[in-house]
Amino acid sequence: MDAHELLELAWLIPAFPAAGAVLLLLFGRRIGEPVAGWIATATIGASFLASVAAFVALLSLPEEERRVVSDGYTWLRAGGFAVDFRFLVDPLSVTMILFVTGVGTLIHLYSIGYMHGDPRFGRFFAYLNLFAASMLVLVLGSNFLLTFLGWEGVGLCSYLLISFWFERDSAAVAGKKAFVTNRVGDFGFMLAMFLIFWKLGSLDYAAMEGAGGLAQTTVTAIALLLFLGAVGKSAQIPLHIWLPDAMEGPTPVSALIHAATMVTAGVFLVARAHPFFEASGSAGTVVAWVGAATALLAATVAIVQNDIKRVLAYSTVSQLGYMFLAAGVGAYSAALFHMVTHAFFKALLFLGAGSVIHGLHDEQDMRRMGGLRRWMPITAGTFIVGWLAIAGIVPFAGFWSKDEILAQAWYRDDYGLWLVGALAALLTAFYMTRQVYLVFFGNERWREAAGGHDAAAGVAGDEPAEVAHPGAGAHSAAGAHGGPHEPHESPWTMTVPLGALAVLTVVGGFVNLPFVEQGLEFLGEWLHPVFEDVEVVHAPSFSTAFALSTAALVIGVGGILLGRAFYRAGLPSGGEDPVARRLGPVGRVLENAYYFDRGIARLVSGPLGAFARFLADGFDRGGVDRAVNGVAAGFRLGGEGLRRLQTGLVRNYALGIVLGAVALVGYVLARSL
Amino acid sequence: MTDFPILTTLVLLPAAGALLTLLVPARRPELVRALGYGVTVATLGVTGYLVTRFEAGAGIQFVSTHWWMETLGVRWTLGVDGVSLFMVVLTAVLFPIGLLASAEVDRPKAFLFWVLVLEAALMGVFLALDLVLFFVFFEFTLVPMYFLIAGWGHGNRRYAAMKFFIFTMAGSAFLFAGILAVGFLHRRDVGFLTFDAGVLTEWASSPGALSSGTARVLFLAFAVAFAVKVPLFPFHTWLPDAHTDAPTAGSVVLAGVLLKMGTYGFLRFAIPMFPQAAVDLSWLLLVLAVVGITYGAVVAAMQPNIKRIVAYSSVAHLGFVVLGIFALTAEGIQGGLFTMVSHGLTTGALFLLVGMLHDRRHTYDVAQYRGLWKAVPVFGGLFVATAFASIGLPGFSGFVGEFLALLGAFVTSRWYAVVATTGVILAAVYLLWAVQRTVTGEPDGDNAGMRDLGPRELCTVVPLLALSLFLGFHPSPVLDRMEPDVDRLLEHVEARSDHDVPSPAPGVEEAEAGR
Repeated sequence: MDAHELLELAWLIPAFPAAGAVLLLLFGRRIGEPVAGWIATATIGASFLASVAAFVALLSLPEEERRVVSDGYTWLRAGGFAVDFRFLVDPLSVTMILFVTGVGTLIHLYSIGYMHGDPRFGRFFAYLNLFAASMLVLVLGSNFLLTFLGWEGVGLCSYLLISFWFERDSAAVAGKKAFVTNRVGDFGFMLAMFLIFWKLGSLDYAAMEGAGGLAQTTVTAIALLLFLGAVGKSAQIPLHIWLPDAMEGPTPVSALIHAATMVTAGVFLVARAHPFFEASGSAGTVVAWVGAATALLAATVAIVQNDIKRVLAYSTVSQLGYMFLAAGVGAYSAALFHMVTHAFFKALLFLGAGSVIHGLHDEQDMRRMGGLRRWMPITAGTFIVGWLAIAGIVPFAGFWSKDEILAQAWYRDDYGLWLVGALAALLTAFYMTRQVYLVFFGNERWREAAGGHDAAAGVAGDEPAEVAHPGAGAHSAAGAHGGPHEPHESPWTMTVPLGALAVLTVVGGFVNLPFVEQGLEFLGEWLHPVFEDVEVVHAPSFSTAFALSTAALVIGVGGILLGRAFYRAGLPSGGEDPVARRLGPVGRVLENAYYFDRGIARLVSGPLGAFARFLADGFDRGGVDRAVNGVAAGFRLGGEGLRRLQTGLVRNYALGIVLGAVALVGYVLARSL
Repeated sequence: MTDFPILTTLVLLPAAGALLTLLVPARRPELVRALGYGVTVATLGVTGYLVTRFEAGAGIQFVSTHWWMETLGVRWTLGVDGVSLFMVVLTAVLFPIGLLASAEVDRPKAFLFWVLVLEAALMGVFLALDLVLFFVFFEFTLVPMYFLIAGWGHGNRRYAAMKFFIFTMAGSAFLFAGILAVGFLHRRDVGFLTFDAGVLTEWASSPGALSSGTARVLFLAFAVAFAVKVPLFPFHTWLPDAHTDAPTAGSVVLAGVLLKMGTYGFLRFAIPMFPQAAVDLSWLLLVLAVVGITYGAVVAAMQPNIKRIVAYSSVAHLGFVVLGIFALTAEGIQGGLFTMVSHGLTTGALFLLVGMLHDRRHTYDVAQYRGLWKAVPVFGGLFVATAFASIGLPGFSGFVGEFLALLGAFVTSRWYAVVATTGVILAAVYLLWAVQRTVTGEPDGDNAGMRDLGPRELCTVVPLLALSLFLGFHPSPVLDRMEPDVDRLLEHVEARSDHDVPSPAPGVEEAEAGR
């Protein structure tokens, strides 16, 4: 079997987790814990091995042949429209499937420990497998519609997993919000597909060759409509509102879907559809600036959040902004590089946060943590690795990829973008340092919290994620964790993935070192066939590159030192956050994320709701229906006179109808005589 | 076997079953039930045979024709093509399921009688190729439906049944007038009286046969009758009332099949007979379609009654059908036809599920339900799955139909399609909000003690959902059989009007035009 034949079997990659999902949806409850978890982990693991095989096979082909379409069938054909159910194996999709299945396997494994004792254990893994299958369809699809199938599939799984603990109203609402907000983006995605079909006659990715021949307005419209889809899925301004609420889902879900994989789908879409963005003169600028604005604004919000997961959620929004910044300026491989390293370190941070939450018996408020490094050494150690990476400290993965993005902006003379990105980097280092110190260093505030937990919960009533999840009963009741409120380190199924991700976070940057001449820019080289038509910009000189890297490092270290200065000792017990206090009213604005979310909520429940209610009650019932009944009443009135002739109601109507019909026939005949 | 009158059998089998029902003693309900399943399943079997023998691209086939009222030129002519085939299949599939869902109904004998009469009439509607015969079947569906709503419904059922009857009756008057007018105009022109659909279509659509004013009046006469059935805004208000108060099987058949008589009528008669008028007035139908999609969705969201939510969602879904049809492109019409099938499956399933709630709690009030996913997990899971099928999630049949309808509309009627695409957002809003209010949360009061679905109930919903999923991933068995006849219809419209079906432009031309 040669490499081509092997790659034609690429449909197997999503088929493994899909089969697992079907099995667990039907029999998950009967299979139960922990076997259901192991089955799910095995299927995604098989998918990972298949992805590695695909990688090796693709690598064995000469560069210009690295584009293989798998076996499949005609999915949808009507009129002049035809779409195949086939997968496209090229360096871009293989890059995606490698980290999706790799990180996915680790998170499946972690979930076996994290979801221990949950009454819907089997269901959880069914959803997780279904998600993995959908995500693989998304990135492997050989046309826009197949990608859209995966796109909506991951949206469904996101909904199901955010709402996994649906007994909690806030979780149910958050799931719905995520899906509906994403649908706003889908509106753009669908219109883009209509336009592409209309102008190019096919939704196949190969048809994008014709993008250069399209009128400028058309191609810009296509690019921006696709970007609207990306903005929804990747939580960029103004459709970012669903992601912080998505933290209602179990933490492994936040790590897998809402940090490492699904939310990067928007960036992937822009990269996949880059011929449209390249052909358009202005779409890229919009993408870059939306990304930069999101990176900065989300970072400002992150510095005052107190929920351990919400900090990471806003951080994810911010980091995705960087990827769009890169894609917008045309540095696609830099965007993908950051996507990969971000998948490593953000999954690590989320899983670490999950380990903390697990160890503290479902505590998520950082004001009631502190000093945990002595109780949870593995979690703390690995979390610190993730922290250094996201803060941009050499040689951790985040340093290389973020530096690459900022440098690319600089090389292309987009100094404004560089400045915004650098500012966001400073804030990133700061808020992550705050998080690390509040959680792992300083005073052990959880001790006091343990006594007066209820009172403390009352203080932080506005945090939606305070209520213990239903599985928590099983956690505490198990009694295997020592004292009821002593923090504890997590089981091996959770710490092993942490360790693996920490290693990847340390070495992940080496897949794309900025030393082109020495041949160390592996990822860029590997992706080159996909982005052949895109102009590559290299550092004008070594000194510029070195100066920019140094600046990035200084920014990172500066943010860390600033954070350390404020939070080294933790928080005064029951006291205010020093930064929030200093910021005063600005701090409150940031805490409420610029009141954007609340404003939309008010608009929906206020004027929009009132309008809908008017349509339903006033207009439909009172207007249309009454008018129609009025006509009927008119007939009845006319019928009153005839009632003396002993006709029933139905016959009165019938009479009117017949008279009307006769009149019409007469009219038509008269006209045509 | 080729001479076997398979289509006549499809009409007469349920009719004979209805007559047989009258012979079964009322105190033997088990015999009534056995008869009902026997007849509807046999009809399904004959339909299955029809599908296997159907030849895609062979036009109208299995024609059987006999004189009925010779002096009036009325014939018993039945035939099937790719446009009607899946309406027949849908009818045949939904009836046994509807009966299964009504196993515990009162007065089963009378119920079954009306159900079988309804099935016979619906088969006739989709197979008739004589306009008078079509009209007779079209009208005849009203009678059993009226009695089913008035006799086995709940709430304000007599009002609802009467409203349904009057509304559609009023619409039909226009249809009848239109049919008579076409028939007699043809006689004056050609010299003999016939109501044969093929002959009249050929004549009425030929240039010079009808003045454009006359053609428009006649088109509108047909259109009013069909618009009431669909229903299009502003003729839709009978629908929520009829649905809310109808028994479950009635709602399933009403939404699944009866509404499609309207959209089918447009495709089979109104558009081919008056192509130029249809093209000239397509803007009107497109406007009403888009209003239906958006307005129906917004009003659905605000309903406090779960069955009314599903009812208004039908207004929105049928809007997609009309949008696709009046886009007058192959993609659009196939999308519309596919949505007709898909809507029968998913909305049928939704009505079944909502009916199961009513069986248990005797209310459709959304506020009475909470936490059902936890209390009755099988029901909850199926309800959520069906909601997503109805939203039109890719992977379910609804997406295929809506996507093609929108795609087809985008090519000829771009801005209508853009507005209609907001329907994909709105559908998620009203259905997921309904899901959130009923199945999520902690179950309280009577909800906590509810019993989950039994095997009989599973057998009603699961096949529909499975079919929807199958067609979502593999729609070709349906699309490929429709395609040749849709193309034929479009060629006819192009030949007999100034309509041009645009083919998607290769990018190069566009660039030249842009410069």
